Amino acid sequence: MDRYTEQRLFGLLARGAAALVVAVMVLVISVTIYRGGRVFLMDPTIVITPPGSRYMLEGDGGFLHAVLGSIFIVGPATIISAVLAVSTAIYLQSDYSSERFSDTVNMFLNVLWGTPPIVYGVFVLTVIIAIGARTSMFFGIVAIAIFQYPIMTRYTDEALRSAPDSVKEATYGLGATRFETALMTARAALPGVIAGIVMGFARGIGDAATVLFTAGRSTNMPAGPFDGATTLPVLIFDQAMSFNAEVRSHAYAASFILIIAVLGLILVSKLLAGRYARYAPGGRHS
Amino acid sequence: MTTNTALTTKDLSVTYVGDREVEALKGVSIDFSANQLSAIIGPSGCGKSTLLKSLNRLHEIQPNVEISGDVHLGDQSVYNTDEPVPKLRKRIGYVPQTPTALPLSIYENVAYGVKLHGEYDSKNELDALVESYLQKVNLWDEVEDRLETPGAELSTGQIQRLCLARSLAVEPDVLLCDEVTSALDPISAESVEETLVDLKEEYTIIMVTHSMEQAQRIADDVVFLYLGEVIEENDVQTFFQNPEKERTKKFIDGDTIVEYDESDDDSPSEAVPAER
Ligand SMILES: Nc1ncnc2c1ncn2[C@@H]1O[C@H](COP(=O)(O)OP(=O)(O)O)[C@@H](O)[C@H]1O
Ligand SMILES: [Mg+2]
Repeated sequence: MDRYTEQRLFGLLARGAAALVVAVMVLVISVTIYRGGRVFLMDPTIVITPPGSRYMLEGDGGFLHAVLGSIFIVGPATIISAVLAVSTAIYLQSDYSSERFSDTVNMFLNVLWGTPPIVYGVFVLTVIIAIGARTSMFFGIVAIAIFQYPIMTRYTDEALRSAPDSVKEATYGLGATRFETALMTARAALPGVIAGIVMGFARGIGDAATVLFTAGRSTNMPAGPFDGATTLPVLIFDQAMSFNAEVRSHAYAASFILIIAVLGLILVSKLLAGRYARYAPGGRHS
Repeated sequence: MTTNTALTTKDLSVTYVGDREVEALKGVSIDFSANQLSAIIGPSGCGKSTLLKSLNRLHEIQPNVEISGDVHLGDQSVYNTDEPVPKLRKRIGYVPQTPTALPLSIYENVAYGVKLHGEYDSKNELDALVESYLQKVNLWDEVEDRLETPGAELSTGQIQRLCLARSLAVEPDVLLCDEVTSALDPISAESVEETLVDLKEEYTIIMVTHSMEQAQRIADDVVFLYLGEVIEENDVQTFFQNPEKERTKKFIDGDTIVEYDESDDDSPSEAVPAER
């Protein structure tokens, strides 16, 4: 086989693989949007209606409880995780800690990243049992935050590393402290940092395993941080197992809401990143 | 202008102790005169940037660097002092080789250092400062009506002048410039050179350059660095017309072939890395 056949063959393979992935993605999204969108558009109020007393059996009312649960669990978790992740990533930079230390931490982060979320769920459950607490929104937040942390840290770390060293040199050269320089580096890497936080959020809002037995899997409206709650992915799981056709159809509507939320957020982050990319030193564009 | 000594190094040695050990500076002692433009020249990899950074402890931001000896700014020791390093760096400013706008507006780029050190009382004062420093580097007329746009959107030459303005705005005594014209087109480079010449009225400027022509054009004093050692330190006239050392003469004559002393166990490829 000569070099040119080889390269054509590889080209075909690459294109085939890309086409397959895109096709599957488009299929998943369009089926969800088509089936979910239909259910949702037929009665959009299900999103803002609290569940009836026999919701899981007969589908009376809507699933506002899961929508709120998702917001109240993933929102705070993302904020907590983002603060921790950005701080860690800054600390991992070479001017804060040694190369060996940051290599070691990065290895742990990779392991954490690869850990199935159900393991975090079980871990937090173990803690709940050990301290004799009840599953609640609060522990859902904890579990999701633990799950998001390595994802956000790795993304932020990569983003900070890709910021030109000359930003650091210039900032230190003006008499900035390490902290002031870290802020400037984070700013220079802002599009990447935002992308990392959004990735963490998207993963968090879509995850069922972490909240499955930490947040309480409640079928009622959430009443407070130490009360049981549920999130959309857990709800979808429960709905899809239902014997009632209407409840099952709600699973599509809930999936639709999830996908729209994630797509919307990615869009917003793109716009934000685009705005900050104008400021990126060296004219890097995201 | 008097030619007092502004900055002195004494037996300054810098060793990078990463994967392989590199003795980048081997006991360098130099006097840099006040209100003069001193040029540090030498082949690529001879330790010019290392020397410049060690003058305001900038290499400390990277791990695996060992240093001995001392630097004095006037009477004050740079290394043996309780003064916080940021304060030292305020007095000894540094302009990096790559023209780099901070991720801020043009205005905020110049104001950044001033704000760090809190050296202004009102917005009006800050506005005036920003304008005066942009004037000083001949950039004001070009950016006057776009001060709020990102600094990164300027041309490379403009960014380098912005960097100068930004460094000057914190009112350093000494300004360290690392090959500040090497990334620029000839016209921008000339304008930056002119700016530097103007600036030495008020500041002590130490610049690294790999261009002998540039050193000849604008420097008052020249330091020739070779494999981490000072070969010759002289005023520009003597240096180029009547150098004391044979090595210097060879270097000026464009003898780029690097010779090694028997005592030097560095392999040629290590000591003189290809220009990036
Ligand atoms: N961070 C570093 N780690 C290890 N070696 C370095 C580092 N920076 C520079 N060096 C080495 O130190 C020597 C001097 O480098 P440098 O001061 O950048 O030279 P110049 O600016 O004259 O080209 C070179 O051999 C270079 O490879
Ligand atoms: Mg250099």
